[in-house]
Amino acid sequence: MSDTARQTVEVPVATGDEDRYRLRMGPQHPATHGVLRVDLELDGETIVACDPQVGYLHRGIEKLAENRTYAQALILTDRLDYIAAMSNNCGFCVAVEKLLAISPPLRARYIRTIVNEMSRLSSHLLWLATHALDIGAMTVFLYCFREREMLLELFEELCGARLTFSYPRIGGVRQDVSASFISGLQHFIDIFPEKILEYETLIDTNRIWLKRTVGIGKVSAEEALGLGLTGACLRASGVDYDIRKHQPYDAYDLVDFEVPIAMEGDSYARYRCRMEEMRQSVRILQQCVDQLPPGPIVSEDAPDLHMSQRIIPFREARVSSYGTALIALSHKTKPTYPSGDIYVATEVPKGELGFYIISDGSPRAYRMHIRSPSFIHISALPALSEGGLVADLITNIGSIDVVLGESDR
Amino acid sequence: MHILILLFYIVILFAVVMLHVAYATYFERKIIGHMQVRMGPMEVGWHGLLQPIADGVKCFFKEDVIPENVDAFGFRMAPVVSLAAMVGALAVLPFAPGWVIADIDIGLLYIFAMSGLASYGVILAGWSSNSKFSFLGGLRSMAQVISYEIAMGLSLVGVMLLSGSLNLTTIVEAQSGTFGGMYIFPQIIAFGIFFVAMLAETNRVPFDLPEAEAELVSGYSTEYSGMRYAIFFMAEYVGMLVMSALGTICFFGGWSGPFAVPFFPALWFVLKVYAFMFVFIWIRATMPRYRYDQLMELGWKWLIPLALANIVVTAVCKVLF
Repeated sequence: MSDTARQTVEVPVATGDEDRYRLRMGPQHPATHGVLRVDLELDGETIVACDPQVGYLHRGIEKLAENRTYAQALILTDRLDYIAAMSNNCGFCVAVEKLLAISPPLRARYIRTIVNEMSRLSSHLLWLATHALDIGAMTVFLYCFREREMLLELFEELCGARLTFSYPRIGGVRQDVSASFISGLQHFIDIFPEKILEYETLIDTNRIWLKRTVGIGKVSAEEALGLGLTGACLRASGVDYDIRKHQPYDAYDLVDFEVPIAMEGDSYARYRCRMEEMRQSVRILQQCVDQLPPGPIVSEDAPDLHMSQRIIPFREARVSSYGTALIALSHKTKPTYPSGDIYVATEVPKGELGFYIISDGSPRAYRMHIRSPSFIHISALPALSEGGLVADLITNIGSIDVVLGESDR
Repeated sequence: MHILILLFYIVILFAVVMLHVAYATYFERKIIGHMQVRMGPMEVGWHGLLQPIADGVKCFFKEDVIPENVDAFGFRMAPVVSLAAMVGALAVLPFAPGWVIADIDIGLLYIFAMSGLASYGVILAGWSSNSKFSFLGGLRSMAQVISYEIAMGLSLVGVMLLSGSLNLTTIVEAQSGTFGGMYIFPQIIAFGIFFVAMLAETNRVPFDLPEAEAELVSGYSTEYSGMRYAIFFMAEYVGMLVMSALGTICFFGGWSGPFAVPFFPALWFVLKVYAFMFVFIWIRATMPRYRYDQLMELGWKWLIPLALANIVVTAVCKVLF
């Protein structure tokens, strides 16, 4: 190097900013649970700024719902949180039932509670599987899938589908449960508590797991409320709020269960909360199986039976064929539905899933907004992760349990 | 003539080790599979026995992708450096009395040198790939190897003190060929340190940070594909073999066993190495991954002081008794 060249080289004064660089994690990344993109500003491996970007899975579900009758819009809710589609179905049905002032019969409410809790278990199992895989424990992943498979097989027996069920319907459920379903469920209830212990043996007693989760992504109760966290994320911060308990729907006021609370608000607390929730879910399932009352499974007022004029000839046959579903293909219907707006929230595995429906008296929603917990939890990601390491971001994404189908709608 | 015989031995050793590498991947998949209530490879050949061959052929015939903005020279060199260094380390390993290609007096140091050199390949790959994920992987690997090389070196100082030699054959012979003579007993702490450092040196779970798939996609090898990727893979497995062999030689009495095996004196050595490999795989199926700073903490705050203390105690005991 010549002298002149040497003079022109300017050594930057280290203020700290020069060491920073930007890293775009996702949308194709093994640990972002779908198509989440996180724009990171890093200083070494420390996260200086974290900016989550969503929208890669946007399908316009809210807009599509405006062009369909309530009964038809039900199938859209399957595509929200596809890990726990049954919970979304139930949430939507509960909201529309409240709007239309329909009350489902008791048996239907119990069956819905059963499928809700099964769906909570299957969602929590997938969460545990992927969360553990993110932290590097790959065996837990397959153990969880082993049990999840049992649940999916039960779902398949119940309604023929494993992913998008559309099993509940406004005013009840579609098919009655069979005796073999109940015995299969009872078998699952019997063996599952042992399996939870098995996961805990693999994870809870492991020092590395504790080091990776304790104190990571800490959020206080005030912060959690301010960020709008719900579900297990909120309860792990010490806020006792569970919609199943505080605004019961379906049969939750008829069964006895506890709401697990942790005070620490870190990833480990969220993990503990969900593990205890699984135990409570098993308890609820057992009670539902024991108490399941006889009777009809769908309300006489179910709108998908008379939403269209064309369906009326079938109404006479309805009484004898409760088990079969008839979905209206209505285009012109007289406004016989209540108008106004309503917000109904239910406790889905991820948190509080709310449906805000504006009705103008037609059988379609004038506007339907979905308050999805995943979207709000993703927006809390910077608060959890900034100042931590890249590895902690992965732990946090896992521990807030997001699914992008629900976030992007 | 002597050189020709030596070359013949080298070719045999290389072929045997490569075959072992191929089937180490197969056994890893099978063992982890059975630990995870699934079958592992079953399709190619009887119980998937030809799977490693199929994988090798597939990797060999894949398109050789060199991304546009990489430093092509470094990118091409990195896997070669990794594999060559690791294979080089095989030269000093005594598999049985006299079964060693280069019986040099500084065998132990030579292995350290080679395994340190192999990490250059990883760093070079991370650097030349021109991808931030690879770069982070390379950085992590650099920090990890520096920290754990020290811990590993110090942990083996006790063995050197006891045997009074750096020659691997002498170390084995110093363990007197009996069960009670194995250095695992007087050097149990050193073995613990060596074992942890060994996992870190070979980038295996729970220290697989350079290729932590959840964070860094695939770390230093993110941009690699086809045969170049396979070469990295081979280097990792040869590294595992070398480290297992080193552990066997320094702590488990090398080739000595309960009775001598005619025709194949290396049997006990091979079995011990297999046992080590099994533990590698077992740990992979069980453990989550450490975080980068926790890894450093473990290395510097626990392993290195403990290794130093072990050296002092060993030296004092050697002088006194």
